[in-house]
Amino acid sequence: MGLSLDEARKVAHLARIHVEERELPDIANELSVILDFMEQLNEVDIEGVEPMTSVTPMKLRLRKDKVTTGGEKDLILSNAPLPEQGFFSVPKVVE
Amino acid sequence: MDTKLREPESKIIVGTKDNWEMVIGLEVHAQVVSNAKLFSSSSTTFGTSPNSNVDFVDAAMPGMLPVLNEFCVEQAIKTGLGLKAEINTYSVFDRKNYFYPDLPQGYQISQLYHPLVGEGEVFIELEPGVVRRVRIEHIHLEQDAGKSLHDIHPSFSYVDLNRTGIALMEIVSHPDLRSPEEAAAYILKLRQIMRYLGTCDGNMQNGNLRADVNVSVRPQGSDELYTRCEIKNMNSTRFIQQAIDFEANRQVGIWEDGGTVLQETRLYDPGTGKTRSMRSKEEAHDYRYFPCPDLLPLEIEPEWIERIRDNIPELPDELKDRLIRQYGVSNYDADVLVSEKENAEFFEQVVINRNGKLAANWVINELFGSLNKEGLTIKESPISPEQLGSILDLIENGEISGKIAKNLFEIIWSEGGDPLKIVDERQMRQVSDTGSIESIIREVLAENPSQVEKYKKNPKLAGFFVGQVMKKTAGKANPKLVNEILEKILAEI
Repeated sequence: MGLSLDEARKVAHLARIHVEERELPDIANELSVILDFMEQLNEVDIEGVEPMTSVTPMKLRLRKDKVTTGGEKDLILSNAPLPEQGFFSVPKVVE
Repeated sequence: MDTKLREPESKIIVGTKDNWEMVIGLEVHAQVVSNAKLFSSSSTTFGTSPNSNVDFVDAAMPGMLPVLNEFCVEQAIKTGLGLKAEINTYSVFDRKNYFYPDLPQGYQISQLYHPLVGEGEVFIELEPGVVRRVRIEHIHLEQDAGKSLHDIHPSFSYVDLNRTGIALMEIVSHPDLRSPEEAAAYILKLRQIMRYLGTCDGNMQNGNLRADVNVSVRPQGSDELYTRCEIKNMNSTRFIQQAIDFEANRQVGIWEDGGTVLQETRLYDPGTGKTRSMRSKEEAHDYRYFPCPDLLPLEIEPEWIERIRDNIPELPDELKDRLIRQYGVSNYDADVLVSEKENAEFFEQVVINRNGKLAANWVINELFGSLNKEGLTIKESPISPEQLGSILDLIENGEISGKIAKNLFEIIWSEGGDPLKIVDERQMRQVSDTGSIESIIREVLAENPSQVEKYKKNPKLAGFFVGQVMKKTAGKANPKLVNEILEKILAEI
């Protein structure tokens, strides 16, 4: 299952990963090899087999509707490069 | 709801070549009423200082894992049951991947393939007996995004993550709506039902009820669905109607010019009254959904659903039917009374052992009228159901006239107190003693000989004497008796 250069370029863009045009053929090729490898799974007949969602038999845990966190604005903003007046600030994004 | 009801007419756009029918479907985003967020334990309180209701899960710090809030699930189930929908005992959370500054995870946790709630229905009544059934396609749970503010700094956008991670129900309808008015009525009906259920506040200004509106047009009589456009993020029913009108007419123009409508996302600008393409959204549509590996499927015990079902209150449609049946109020009055649950509750406290139509009339015209004028809610009413009930009793027993009752209402409204006592203290009772009414009438006739002469030539002038009697008694004479006795006396002269 070969991945075209256009597809590789699009995937990189959607993932917001900067890839130089000259790097694209190698990346497309590598991704194709990975996809081909995974393709082997399609050879297995899984008719009637329930999808396995957990390795151990367990159910989804739920939490109570209680407020126990938050109120730590300074901590939340401490890694932000440009905190401003309690906000994160980012290069302008306007529709 | 009754099957003999009629469907509303579609809104038709008369083009140069064809008549076109509007086809509308809505995706309504309703913020769930809960204390904590969908997958974290931070607060959902609106209007607090920026980034104060944010924890490490909301900020998507490395290694943080989502844990589902049980109550949010219950609220979505409750909403589903209120919309007569199937509840899926097996549902799955998926990741919807896109990059935006107010979405720190880089994906929104949502439900694409296995939503929590399946097919349901809503009825909207546009006028008495004219009802549209709107099918709900599904409802799923998902996370809300944060808020970006673009107008504080010239070159930066400011991001507040307080809203990030609050639970949203996305309620997806089939394309069953046929006019802008129906679309607005549908949102208001959903809002009303959710407010009855207590699952969404429906405050559109604060953005806790918003809609994406899908619009297409087709030649009248066609069953085909033509290409639709999606108008994003609308939070006003007025603008929704304007946007649908503009968009449908735009599409008719394109089809009639021999063009093709492109499926795209559009934005409505209330300033220009136009919709415009949001090109940037198009490529972002490649969301690469996949099951969220941090969350197991949500499996729901049928007993839980039944427990929730047992706690569903009487909903507006049933309540309205019952008010009409039980108290004989009109269809219109019933609509006004059920608009908010608290209004209907107040009415039902007033109407006990009393005339339903009179009670509805006073609750709607006097009470709601005064509340609106003062900008008060029913909970802030200075008049209690008991006080209003006493006023109604005084009217029904003929002890005060309707006009005096309005004065009494105003006194109770501003001063409070027991209506019975006030009527006695201020001598507001109606004079129903025939003897004294008769003597007042004779007084009036004696004082106005010229009017009596005029009356003899034109019997229509009897009203003058009634007015004088009322004036003399400060409006307290029983008007029915005054008319009867006056007629008798005038016949003698």
